[in-house]
Amino acid sequence: MNTRGLRSQLKDSVPVAGLCPQGSYGIQDSLRSGFTSVKNELLPSHPLELSEKNFVLNQDKMNFSTLRNIQGLHAPLKLQMEYRAARQIQRLPFLQSSNLALDTLRGSDDTIGFEDILSDPAQSETMGEPHMMVEYKLGLL
Amino acid sequence: TRKMETRSETSAFPFLFLLHTETLSFDDAADGVILGADTRATDDMVVADKNCRKIHHIAPRIYCCGAGVAADAEIATQMMASNVELHTLNTGRPPLVAMVTRQLKQMLFRYQGHMGSSVIVGGVDVTGAHLYSVYPHGSYDKLPFLTMGSGAAAAVSVFEDRFKANMELDEAKRLVRDAITAGIFCDLGSGSNVDLCVITAAGAEYLRGYDRPAGKGKREGQYRYKPGTTPVLTKTQTPLSLDVVYETVQMMDTE
Repeated sequence: MNTRGLRSQLKDSVPVAGLCPQGSYGIQDSLRSGFTSVKNELLPSHPLELSEKNFVLNQDKMNFSTLRNIQGLHAPLKLQMEYRAARQIQRLPFLQSSNLALDTLRGSDDTIGFEDILSDPAQSETMGEPHMMVEYKLGLL
Repeated sequence: TRKMETRSETSAFPFLFLLHTETLSFDDAADGVILGADTRATDDMVVADKNCRKIHHIAPRIYCCGAGVAADAEIATQMMASNVELHTLNTGRPPLVAMVTRQLKQMLFRYQGHMGSSVIVGGVDVTGAHLYSVYPHGSYDKLPFLTMGSGAAAAVSVFEDRFKANMELDEAKRLVRDAITAGIFCDLGSGSNVDLCVITAAGAEYLRGYDRPAGKGKREGQYRYKPGTTPVLTKTQTPLSLDVVYETVQMMDTE
């Protein structure tokens, strides 16, 4: 396998598998997280994985830089402040938020994309334990 | 070419690639657009659907022919239809064909060709009649006539030969029908019927099954043999003597 061009394809954040496996009791939870494979953690499993993961970020970066060139530094700064505020409006830790304020700011409230059709949180196969998650969030745990 | 089929072009089902010859649309600069498609969806070398719909509705006066992977074309056109409807509700204005093309090409470019749908978008809006084709990687063309799909070469040859600007409606329908028929007969990935969609400022007319050139033939002769055609030469009967060894009786619950 030619590894020369692989560096550019590496995932930007690599979970350190050996140190802290995801399962309980500190061992790899094969049922929930599958078998460990170094290749799967370093390289993307689909050519579009990285570009899709960063799509919204990259789009925002592009828009902000254009806005900065047109209107000056204050425009992206104000918008980013509003985005940050809107992003903090969430529901309880185990519930999916509708992100209505963020969507309205971004203008994606009147478009339909795959993120609206697929992966409906109501049909999710996994769920967190509500009590544990709330206690952890409040620092009671 | 919905679902899995591919329209004139290829349509595919989620796991299949369908080819179909797609038709092109003829752009009557004066009045409207005619979209045509065949109705075969293939899964490699097997016909998956003999009568699929490849012409999808986007807006009342904008229709789309999808070729390539059927599922991709189907979902792409459905999403376009939803987005166009939301846009219309938001702005209060009827959609432009260029808007549909732009959204489609931006989405297809984002997926770098992995979404294998090639689409012909045609319609009439406030600026007139337009015809665009969008390829899976996100490039688009705006031309008086376009063909896509596996049968594109066969269909475009008919167009190249007989297309003229400002044709009459009937002549234009005949031309599109002949182009699709060329695809049906000369390309294995296209077949069955010709669907047309005539879009003018007055509205869109979807002519499903406009022409059926590839019908099943009529059987000319009778191939049954008269009883007694094969003579019996000898007959031997051997009776088998069987003894009853074991007999059980089970009563039924008849009450």
